[in-house]
Amino acid sequence: MYVAVKGGEAAISNAHRLLADRRRGDRSLPAIGIEQIVAQLGLAVDRVMAEASLYDRALAALAVRQARGDMIEAIFILRAYRTTLPRFGYSKPVETGDMIVERRVSATYKDLPGGQLLGPTFDYTHRLLDPSLLTDEAVEAPLEREEAGEPVMRVSDILAGEGLVEDDGSLPNGHIAGDLTREPLEFPMARDLRLQALARGDEGFLLALGYSTQRGYARTHPFVGEVRIGAVEVELDMPELGFAVSLGRIQVTECQMIAQFKGSAKNPPQFTRGYGLVFGQSERKAMAMSLVDRALRAEEFGEDIVAPAQDEEFVISHSDNVQATGFVEHLKLPHYVDFQAELDLVRRMRREYEAAQNTDLPEAAE
Amino acid sequence: MSTADLATYNFAYLDEQTKRMIRRAILKAIAIPGYQVPFASREMPMPYGWGTGGVQVTAAILGPKDVLKVIDQGADDTTNAVSIRAFFQKVANVAVTTKTREATIIQTRHRIPEERLTAGQTLVYQVPIPEPLRFLEPRETETRKMHALEEYGLMHVKLYEDIARNGHIATTYAYPVKVEGRYVMDPSPTPKFDNPKMHMSEALQLFGAGREKRIYAVPPHTEVVSLDFEDHPFEIQTFDKPCALCGAENVYLDEVVLDDRGGRMFVCSDTDHCEERCSAGHRGHLAYDKEAAE
Repeated sequence: MYVAVKGGEAAISNAHRLLADRRRGDRSLPAIGIEQIVAQLGLAVDRVMAEASLYDRALAALAVRQARGDMIEAIFILRAYRTTLPRFGYSKPVETGDMIVERRVSATYKDLPGGQLLGPTFDYTHRLLDPSLLTDEAVEAPLEREEAGEPVMRVSDILAGEGLVEDDGSLPNGHIAGDLTREPLEFPMARDLRLQALARGDEGFLLALGYSTQRGYARTHPFVGEVRIGAVEVELDMPELGFAVSLGRIQVTECQMIAQFKGSAKNPPQFTRGYGLVFGQSERKAMAMSLVDRALRAEEFGEDIVAPAQDEEFVISHSDNVQATGFVEHLKLPHYVDFQAELDLVRRMRREYEAAQNTDLPEAAE
Repeated sequence: MSTADLATYNFAYLDEQTKRMIRRAILKAIAIPGYQVPFASREMPMPYGWGTGGVQVTAAILGPKDVLKVIDQGADDTTNAVSIRAFFQKVANVAVTTKTREATIIQTRHRIPEERLTAGQTLVYQVPIPEPLRFLEPRETETRKMHALEEYGLMHVKLYEDIARNGHIATTYAYPVKVEGRYVMDPSPTPKFDNPKMHMSEALQLFGAGREKRIYAVPPHTEVVSLDFEDHPFEIQTFDKPCALCGAENVYLDEVVLDDRGGRMFVCSDTDHCEERCSAGHRGHLAYDKEAAE
């Protein structure tokens, strides 16, 4: 006998209890601490900070733990917290030229002011499983070089001297950088908003789009002018004081992708740039972002728009993984009212189809 | 880190500035019935697709004296309805009900209650894709232009093609409507059965699409006309049998599979309506008869 389905409340609370149990796992093992996640799963924490647009390692690590290591879930948890925070001001633009550099490589110059610095990279590791990590073997302290005091000039500034690369461009006086978390999104977007959307966009999605430009879907002939990782100072103008004060340092990854441009009636032939800037250490994301940024500037340079990576509405509407995962996963919510309506229609169309088949038969015989 | 470092939440979760921003969008939406107003949708603590637009609208209009009802598929006890109701109880400590008549705000997904709504009530719809033209034209830049120019030919061609191919319009839910003779609007994925309830409703109807960042509205006493043709007038679904539990006719029914031998029963999708009728003594042919059982 059917009785109207009840018990959603109990089901939810039991599900949450089971989830908490699975999150904790085997109780005979020590629970993983937030400090351990920050220290030993730093790149996971960085990705969560970057795509949640919130620079706080401890909160990001908490989100990673709460999400059982599911990155998009962790990003979502952190974003839902961020959205409740008041906005009390805008920092000054960070000066990446003054970065305390931990890694800096350029693919366009063999040597350059400030030098090449490999830093903590996977690039030349051999991807062999390391049995020493099965146990807690002692790890050597890193070697550090005395700071040379030489400024680590940005590659774009080196090329700019000759006028061979487009300059940074300028914004009208008094322009306040847009914020798509506070204002509704509208197309076409200004580049500041677009870069914000890319900076919080899904790493995998941008990686695939960036890759597609390399394989001929909107090819831009890119070179990594440079990629740099390090600490930059965040400063805030204090109206009461009349000068900017430092709020502290944050770690960022910046990529300047240099791309060819043949020139147009308005502009001489010169190199153009794609830009990537991401919280924490995330070279893959910063590079992919700079490729996509450059591809999205097609209209600005009068290039034909022929590929997905050049299509602003397509790219920006689908780059947000929290939105994407929500809408894809919502398909598991009940839809039986709509399904009932469709069922009714299909049954009706089936009856009509079968009736038509039956009436067709005698004609076929003739 | 200690728990004291975490922020506490405002009444109904959203901060007052955000609520003001959403209320402005709602006022604009009411002033231009059926027009989709962009708003700066926030990240809510439930996923996009779970009703974040509806939740933001509800959060923005909810006051301490409101009585809230939440339904999903017409039912108060579906998991997501339970979850959203619990959310507002937690963050706003507001009174909740399952009775349509008692509610001042009803948040819904996919249904309009069977009982006629009255003046002073607000129905908040959760909307996945607010743009009725989206599946004909994927670009927002284009569809906004089409609305501005009242260029709805494409929609009529689509409906005409349905008729040419099937002999009838093959849209069963999210059936497009024209509001106050101007904007074509998506009624959210409610079955077309519910479309006539929107017309000249005494209640205020608000629509929130969180992921797509749009709010739109149908003010009370507004014309809402389902698109059709003179020779193919709009029709709603009909059911062969009444509700198996309460015997109601002319209501929307859910099909429940009873066994693997084709056994089916049809019951009210609106659980409150069904319970109300059962307690008033109405009986369907499969009703659980308490007295008989005793």
